[in-house]
Amino acid sequence: MLEIFQYGFIVRGLEAGILIGLIAPLIGIFLVLRRYSLIADTLSHVSLAGVAIGLLFKINPLWTALGASAISSIAIERLRVSKKIYGETALSIFLSGSLALAVVIIGLAHGFSVDLFSYLFGSIVTVKQTDIFLIFGLGALIAISIFLFYKELVYIAFDEEAATVAGLPVKIFNTLFVLLAAVMIAISIPIIGILLISALLVLPTITALQLKKGFKTTLLWAEIFSIFSIISGIITSFYLNISSGGTIVLIMLMIFGVVLLIKNYDQK
Amino acid sequence: MPIDHQKNIIEVKDISFSYGDVEVLKNITLDIHEGDYISLIGPNGGGKTTLLKIMLGLIIPQNGAVKLFGKDIKDFKDWSKFGYVPQKAINFDPLFPITVREVVAMGRYGKKGLLKWLNKKDQEIIDDALTQVEMSNHANRLIGNLSSGQQQRVFIARALAGEPKVIFLDEPTVGVDVKNQEEFYTLLTHLNRDLNITLILISHDVDVVSHQVTELACLNQTLVYHGEPKKFMKGHYLDELYGKNARFVDHKH
Repeated sequence: MLEIFQYGFIVRGLEAGILIGLIAPLIGIFLVLRRYSLIADTLSHVSLAGVAIGLLFKINPLWTALGASAISSIAIERLRVSKKIYGETALSIFLSGSLALAVVIIGLAHGFSVDLFSYLFGSIVTVKQTDIFLIFGLGALIAISIFLFYKELVYIAFDEEAATVAGLPVKIFNTLFVLLAAVMIAISIPIIGILLISALLVLPTITALQLKKGFKTTLLWAEIFSIFSIISGIITSFYLNISSGGTIVLIMLMIFGVVLLIKNYDQK
Repeated sequence: MPIDHQKNIIEVKDISFSYGDVEVLKNITLDIHEGDYISLIGPNGGGKTTLLKIMLGLIIPQNGAVKLFGKDIKDFKDWSKFGYVPQKAINFDPLFPITVREVVAMGRYGKKGLLKWLNKKDQEIIDDALTQVEMSNHANRLIGNLSSGQQQRVFIARALAGEPKVIFLDEPTVGVDVKNQEEFYTLLTHLNRDLNITLILISHDVDVVSHQVTELACLNQTLVYHGEPKKFMKGHYLDELYGKNARFVDHKH
């Protein structure tokens, strides 16, 4: 088993994976509880347009993905608050719009061949050392923000109106949160791939919710499911020579299934 | 500290509010004094919740002014003086993974301010709030697993944890059965009399609340009545509010 650590890319993949695995539930639990899961999906498609722009202009696609999803996250939140259009239609405008943009850019560049596929489904082979620094820096930013504003974010997620009455700056926190989600999505791309990011964010939390615990305990279980799935997914994908993103998500689904089964068995 | 029943803590002056073309509130003027236990009643669409939201600064009226503790609402910053118990049925996700204690702790958050953690004193205040509503034994249960009456007590405890001077309650007994409703009103009377908290209660249950509160304010776009419940029940205000054929059974408790 130890020989896998002789490969630089697998070590980098695991480093990036563990970082992502640690941070994803911090964002995921709020996405799920606020019924924002679709925002994750939309922002990940937006970041595909960002990746395409990066590949076209030969800039690190992680940066362009980050820019695209950060800007869109704020725009989506503004549209949602303005109530000029329904929340979910705002999402589909961004989802399909950015997909259209991505397809056109890819066409202009006459395709990007293999590269694009690894951005869609995640491939640890493409994780570069600079990506690790980027993931670490931005991941720390997310973790620290959630830690510092934990009590406000929990209050707003549970009861936005009462939080407003209590004098919390709800609008600022809502914007901050979607922005953090956008950052999370951008840095998850190399490991999990654009099309599978929402699963990474949502599944560990959904699984932990089945255990019916308090907020902190639920978050802790989501962390355990998330990190376990990512580490075992990366190692499995290395030995079977398959996509890391797909393997991780399938393991997450398997854990979800097992937890559901045990829960059902318990109730009988 | 003795309470001054003459002191205005909320002054609503000449408020009008419309949603689009629909006028919901028209020239409402209403003072609420320290220590009041007042219920806003009136038919659905009569503007009760709108007025409550205006007093809490959640919506801004097209006309008129609101003063809270002598300050214009725009300049008012001390929101921790107010506790809020929302209309539970609408605002609350029973699957939300949160314990009773975690919910009550939220009551401290507005008071603490950003970047400050709850300390030992906060924890004591949370314990005390749980004791006041007799929910200490359920502190570690999930709120979704409690009965409606118990959940409502937890929301009261959350409001209490902020050590408020005033608590607003928006139809708090919806979905709570009769026996628990009685206990609930006993708790509210205790908060008002023993803890000197001003209570502002929205209710559609004219009959029940008129035996509980010290003041009634009846809204049907305009302020139809404001004063003691007794006089209200004797007058013909109910006809005006609900139409001639409405009848209420007057229980003698």
